[in-house]
Amino acid sequence: MSNQGKMDCGRRRLIVATAAVGGAGAVAALVPFVSSLLPSERAKAAGAPVEADIGKLEAGQMMTVEWRGKPVWIINRTPEMLGTLPKLDDQVADPKSAVDMQPPYAQNETRSIKKEFMVVIGICTHLGCSPSSKFKAGAEEGMPADWLGGFLCPCHGSTFDFAGRVFKAKPAPTNLEVPPHVYLSDTRIMIGEDKKGA
Amino acid sequence: MAAGKFEKYKSDGSVGGDALEWVDARFPATSMYKEHLSEYYAPKNFNFWYFFGSLALLVLVIQIVTGIFLVMHYKPDAALNASGVPVAFASVEYIMRDVPGGWIIRYMHSTGASAFFIVVYLHMFRGLLYGSYRKPRELTWLFGCGIFLVLMGEAFFGYLLPWGQMSFWGAQVIVNLFSAIPVIGNDLSILIRGDFVVGDATLNRFFSFHVIAFPLILIGLVAAHILALHETGSNNPDGIEIKANKDENGIPRDGIPFHPYYTVKDIVGVVVFLMVFSAIMFFAPEGGGYFLETPNFYPADPLKTPPHIAPVWYFTPYYSILRAMVWNFFGLPAKFWGVVGMGASVVIFAFLPWLDRSPVKSIRYRGPIYKTMLTLFVICFFILGYLGTLSPSPMGELISQICTVFYFGFFLAMPWWSRMDKFKPVPERVTMK
Repeated sequence: MSNQGKMDCGRRRLIVATAAVGGAGAVAALVPFVSSLLPSERAKAAGAPVEADIGKLEAGQMMTVEWRGKPVWIINRTPEMLGTLPKLDDQVADPKSAVDMQPPYAQNETRSIKKEFMVVIGICTHLGCSPSSKFKAGAEEGMPADWLGGFLCPCHGSTFDFAGRVFKAKPAPTNLEVPPHVYLSDTRIMIGEDKKGA
Repeated sequence: MAAGKFEKYKSDGSVGGDALEWVDARFPATSMYKEHLSEYYAPKNFNFWYFFGSLALLVLVIQIVTGIFLVMHYKPDAALNASGVPVAFASVEYIMRDVPGGWIIRYMHSTGASAFFIVVYLHMFRGLLYGSYRKPRELTWLFGCGIFLVLMGEAFFGYLLPWGQMSFWGAQVIVNLFSAIPVIGNDLSILIRGDFVVGDATLNRFFSFHVIAFPLILIGLVAAHILALHETGSNNPDGIEIKANKDENGIPRDGIPFHPYYTVKDIVGVVVFLMVFSAIMFFAPEGGGYFLETPNFYPADPLKTPPHIAPVWYFTPYYSILRAMVWNFFGLPAKFWGVVGMGASVVIFAFLPWLDRSPVKSIRYRGPIYKTMLTLFVICFFILGYLGTLSPSPMGELISQICTVFYFGFFLAMPWWSRMDKFKPVPERVTMK
């Protein structure tokens, strides 16, 4: 350089300004690329509620319906199954469902609107596997001898009781999520919405 | 740079010579050839551990070539076809059953994925044996760690593409890992999936990453890895610098030109490797359920997780570490710490150059402490890997917790234990044992 040691402050400012404007432009150019990664309008619109007929669901049985690409379980709990819940209050992490994983109308002892019918998203709150049903008490289905029945996540071993409450010291951080749902009649449930006639 | 070190090529008057002179005046053809092959001096005492770098390059080529041909028939589409099978899954079956030679190309690619990790793990272990990561080769090591990370991403994206049960639920678990990050986690996992669940959007972007983005990054990092290596020169089983002892022409006395000496030696490694590779490809392409997992022969079903899911074998050590974290710390859930542990167990390799404080590089001149620690580390790695393939159990959880503690202890306590060993004197010149 010809004028070594001396800095041309005017030029320097122009360089900084040019770099700043160019940098801002480069960052702005990222916007369309990043936003294209977000769920599309079509994906966002796909969350319509689904109806399920529970008239044929026998006591002790479970059915699965698909809502927003996820399995939703409906379990017709027997009195024995319901009877296990209070016994497990000191073994589950959140016995009173204090964490917001259910609509207010399901924040109760059975985590449901009607006592016997459990409606719950069958996706483990740990890393999203779908737990398998281990309804038989005891060691018959490969569970510990003091097992009272519930669900076992095959991926990382989290266990849940018949109300989808997670047991203590398991990887899943919260109880299973209860989706918004409403009884359209005694035998029909709508999952994904709270209000009738929507 | 190269231009200064080597003379430009002068033609001998032949047509070929004239052509090369013309090219060499415009492109660093002969200087690159000399710098990286015919006048790259590698230590003369390389043993069989030094095959795995060039073998990794070979597998990269196999993966790229087979991948190009697979993409001609594969369709990244999660929609169901007329028979109710996802199009992506059906297109893989089509490759296996109807495309002439399709089955062997796919088996080359799937066996290649496992082979890639086998040679890369052995290549990394060589670095641990002989202290190849130590000064002045830290940057070579860091580029290598980058390659390892990108390779894991590449393998993960590729595993979703057949859209089988294991593809789907594996991706579901790994993407959900990101949701464990506080505050931004949920939105981040939606951004990765492009949907609220793993679906068509996820499949398409993973396809894009697998065939375009990550291979490009991988090739760039491999080039940087080799350039950095050729800047410092290769380490060797004695862990001494051959550049410290040069002859009157400035050539290391213990160095031999990479070509033809090591190119020819590497061909032996290639032949043996291809024998093993072919044997697996032809006789056990599923690798006993470890290379291709049985649930992946069923199409993806978002409503039902297979009763036993496990990642492919090369991810299982880290998966075990993830499962080993079952406690909440500092008000953050165990899930978050599992993810942190898993990430840290991969990234921690990058810190080795600064954790190792021993005065010698090679295991040949280290004492019993390093030998014991390295052996235990490898045993832990294998146990974690084995447990990662099993269903969770209380015993497995305890063992994996012990191994996880040792795994991190090996690295984090290294600044102390690597210094207290009994060292043997390092020779002036390389030894040929």
